[in-house]
Amino acid sequence: MNVSLLSQAPSPTIQIEAVVIGVSAGAVDALGTILPTLPADYPVPVIVVVHLPADRKSVLAQLFQAKCQVDVHEIDDKEQLKKGTVYFAPPDYHVLVEDDKRVSLSSEELVHYSRPAIDVLFESAADVFGPALAAVVLTGASADGARGLAAVHAAGGICLVQHPNQANSRTMPEAALKACPTAEALTLEQIAKRLLEIALRQ
Amino acid sequence: MTDFAEDLETRLLLDAIFHQYHYDFRGYSMASVKRRLKQAKEHFECRSISELQHRVLHEPAVLPELLSYLTIQVSDLFRDPAYFLALRESVIPHLRTYPSLKVWSAGCSAGEELYSLVILFREEGLEDRTMFYGTDINPRALERAEAGVYDMESIPRFTENHRKAGGKSSLSDYYTAAYGSAVLDKSLRRRAVFSDHSLVTDAVFAEMHLISCRNVLIYFDQDLQNRAIGLFSDSLVRKGFLGLGAKESLRFSKRADDFSEFARDERIYQKQRAT
Repeated sequence: MNVSLLSQAPSPTIQIEAVVIGVSAGAVDALGTILPTLPADYPVPVIVVVHLPADRKSVLAQLFQAKCQVDVHEIDDKEQLKKGTVYFAPPDYHVLVEDDKRVSLSSEELVHYSRPAIDVLFESAADVFGPALAAVVLTGASADGARGLAAVHAAGGICLVQHPNQANSRTMPEAALKACPTAEALTLEQIAKRLLEIALRQ
Repeated sequence: MTDFAEDLETRLLLDAIFHQYHYDFRGYSMASVKRRLKQAKEHFECRSISELQHRVLHEPAVLPELLSYLTIQVSDLFRDPAYFLALRESVIPHLRTYPSLKVWSAGCSAGEELYSLVILFREEGLEDRTMFYGTDINPRALERAEAGVYDMESIPRFTENHRKAGGKSSLSDYYTAAYGSAVLDKSLRRRAVFSDHSLVTDAVFAEMHLISCRNVLIYFDQDLQNRAIGLFSDSLVRKGFLGLGAKESLRFSKRADDFSEFARDERIYQKQRAT
């Protein structure tokens, strides 16, 4: 593939096929502003990595299923991604997207002291979806997501970052903006609106 | 959208490893393989996957190290205590009814899962009638499994896991500390056999009562998962048990009908159909 094509700015006509979101400290509040706004027939899958303790079951899927119109659940290995569904990475596993749009789990080493890691999801999703991907980095106290967002940008995808001034913890948004200066820095409300526009314009 | 040249190089490398060394990674989950090859490429200071292939083919010392990149070795004694608790409370009562037992830890890595099973069976009074088989494709992992030596730093975690898994003894009964390592008691290997076996290319292990294969199938694509699950089904006695990892499931498998869900949350299945 031609490298100059890869680094081209996203074309406004391209139809996105997936949304990936990475968030850490302050995740529940941040996601609480975005996920409940997605309509039941949201036309693409949404995959979310939240940094979680490895040794406990996560209640995120249950928590958000109660608040959301879309289906929400925790990923099982080799699950086929479907529209109108929010997928949470399970504790203690990385999530990667395969060419056939299934998701694989992995116990590879921690990245930024975390498994799941945002970089691992974003890099593999960028590899598979290229410009048909929207990636969102929200509040968090680590540098995870920055390298992944740069990969999404390099593949021509849409990059959104929570504005550091609004973030519960600004480290992760700042790192993401540093690695990907052309990403849009937005409030949670604006990000929610953008995710609707991006997906529903197709 | 994937980089076409690198995809092709990856496939060629896996072909080369298979034809020269008979390790078959061609049916592995590619997203993860590509990620790990990228790391291996950096480690071996190769500019491309093709260069890595050249070195694997012409420098015999490269393969063992590369295998450690391609096979993930993350485990603990009693990893996911809820799984071992379910074995203890729900599966063991069934196994008690057999005069002799065979247990297979498939993809045993450095042996943590197998030793956990031996300790569990000893606590439940079943060790003396059981043979334990641990298999893996990675010779270095099998050597570590045979040795049964773990980092002392892991012991507090192992101890906590063991307790949560309903442990009836003290984990310290099973190891001695030496030079920052915990050396497992030799008696735990009395009824254990470690051997080289590939779920990709090798045949059935007959007449098992329990197969534990956790966080191995996640590295396989669907075809290969189907093969491995078929192999497990064919290796189990009727009403035998199959335990998978916390996020692995038979839902997407062609052989799902061979099994019934036995402990849903802990991903323990029971074989129903005779083969």
